Amino acid sequence: MTRSTTTTATGGPADTGTPTVGRDAPAAKEPVRRAAPRRRGRDGARPWEIWVPLGLYLAFTLVPFYWMLLYAFRPSGTTGLLPWPLTLDHLLRVWNESGFGVYFANSLKVGLVSMVATTVVALAGGYGLARYDFRGKKAFLLAMLCTQFIPGALMLVPLFEIFKTVGLVNSLWSVIVAETVFQLPLSLILLSGFIRNVPRELEEAAWVDGCSRFRGFLVTVLPLLRPGLIAVGSFAFIHSWNHFLFALMFLSDQEKYTVPVGLSYTIGESGSDLGSLAAGGVVAAVPVIIIFALIQRYLVKGLSAGAVKG
Amino acid sequence: MATADLSVTEGVAGRGRRRSTRGPRTPYALIAPAVLLMIGFLVYPMASVFYYSLQHYNVTKPWDNGFAGLDNFRQMFGDALFWQSLGFSAKWVAATVGFQLLLGLGLALLVNESFVGRALSRALVFSPWAVSGVLTTSIWVLLYNPTTGFTRYLADLGLGQHGSSPLADPGAVFPAAVLTELWRGVPFFAILLLADLQSIPRDLYEASAVDGASRLRRFWHITLPHLKDAIILSTLLRAVWEFNNVDLLYTLTNGGPANQTTTLPLYVAHKATVAHEFGYGSALTAAAFFILLFCSILYLRLSKFGGDRT
Repeated sequence: MTRSTTTTATGGPADTGTPTVGRDAPAAKEPVRRAAPRRRGRDGARPWEIWVPLGLYLAFTLVPFYWMLLYAFRPSGTTGLLPWPLTLDHLLRVWNESGFGVYFANSLKVGLVSMVATTVVALAGGYGLARYDFRGKKAFLLAMLCTQFIPGALMLVPLFEIFKTVGLVNSLWSVIVAETVFQLPLSLILLSGFIRNVPRELEEAAWVDGCSRFRGFLVTVLPLLRPGLIAVGSFAFIHSWNHFLFALMFLSDQEKYTVPVGLSYTIGESGSDLGSLAAGGVVAAVPVIIIFALIQRYLVKGLSAGAVKG
Repeated sequence: MATADLSVTEGVAGRGRRRSTRGPRTPYALIAPAVLLMIGFLVYPMASVFYYSLQHYNVTKPWDNGFAGLDNFRQMFGDALFWQSLGFSAKWVAATVGFQLLLGLGLALLVNESFVGRALSRALVFSPWAVSGVLTTSIWVLLYNPTTGFTRYLADLGLGQHGSSPLADPGAVFPAAVLTELWRGVPFFAILLLADLQSIPRDLYEASAVDGASRLRRFWHITLPHLKDAIILSTLLRAVWEFNNVDLLYTLTNGGPANQTTTLPLYVAHKATVAHEFGYGSALTAAAFFILLFCSILYLRLSKFGGDRT
């Protein structure tokens, strides 16, 4: 982005101008100065300056998770602060009797199908944006930015009418389509950023070797897009796994519910049975937490790769 | 993520090299699936919202349906709940986004330092990012539970009162809801800002360290200017997202107690689904869309997004 170049340009001369003087004079002292900040961290922070705030924030993050696990695995009627004796009763009950097993399968279907659909459509569109100039490109981009201002909650009624017309109400497909559409603009923009970061010359070399445009893309660009695809695909999955309102509106049969819908009804009835609520929460959390654990390394790297050159 | 999108427009003009192996139709074919999906399920429903906003449309009172002109908008001006929910939306967005930005920036700076256990700490503090609004609600319902929740243990320590849930207390419900949203929302900022922090050239810091600049000065003169555009974009995206966010408040407070936590989208969802006033609900939707668009443009102008910082 222009941002990084302007900062270097504006900040550069001012910063490098004076240090050259200082760097020449105390030449002997320099290694010491360099070594000290490195041991104390990049910005010269002392260990307690990191660990006190970090510890506090970790507590804020983890205590709620622990609280959920505590209720989910502790027998009803006990109030200990350790889930002991450990019981799977709550989990088995919500899975088999409250229907979370069915909700889980539904959510998985919605999540996987809309993940694949979003990624494929966004990949095609992103490639078009990154590698071609065409009439209406700016309008297309502007339109995609504007979609970010459309409140999903406020589209419930017109979307419901559409799905009623095409006979998809109370079908998981209505949710799949709606999630895919709302995920598309950001995924497309993100993927086109990743594609633009792949040097064009790689593709051109493949064409010289006699590859078609499509084959050239498969051979050269696609393997390099792995971090981007992982990021976009898992965003899409997590988003549709988590999203609540469309499923709440479009699905009416209990055996079609997704996990968040099932969970929202459990919240409504939670006055008496906190163990079920917590166990339902565990069912909702496990897939996204696993995916998060797998992709979190890519998360920051992927975003900086997409934004730096962008 | 979104830092990439604006630059696409910038890139178009500057990129002269055109080489397509096929006709000029290829880019259109590539973006066609995305365009068709967005026309069918975003543009068309949005257009129908504008259409219905000028109609009387209530499924339960079909005899009254018909062209309404600006009646719905006139009704809006006299509707106390509209103004109240709009006001609460503004308060909600300001509080959640403001605190999320502050905490997220602090967290990003913290985990950008080098220390033992950094990778694990990052993964742990970012993890609520993957969690849904409904799941967040179920976890915090457990925490706020008056008899066995975490708040009871805080009350034992003299913090807060025994026997009442903050969610039922008109004086405490707002901070309680904001705290809940912070738990889930801070990682978003931390991840985005960390990605941007890592793109700051190291030598800038080294040069200024040699120069003897204090840590605060380095933050103020190097880090913050570099992060400026990322901060503007992430706050804007998040503000729109928080404005439209229904999942959490719908399940946590359902707008209560006494409509105290009803945001505009919640009010619209209520009008459309419970009261079946589709016409009036559409007018509210149209109003929300334009308010959002206007505020966003104003924000980008006032913050001089992408402007020169010399």
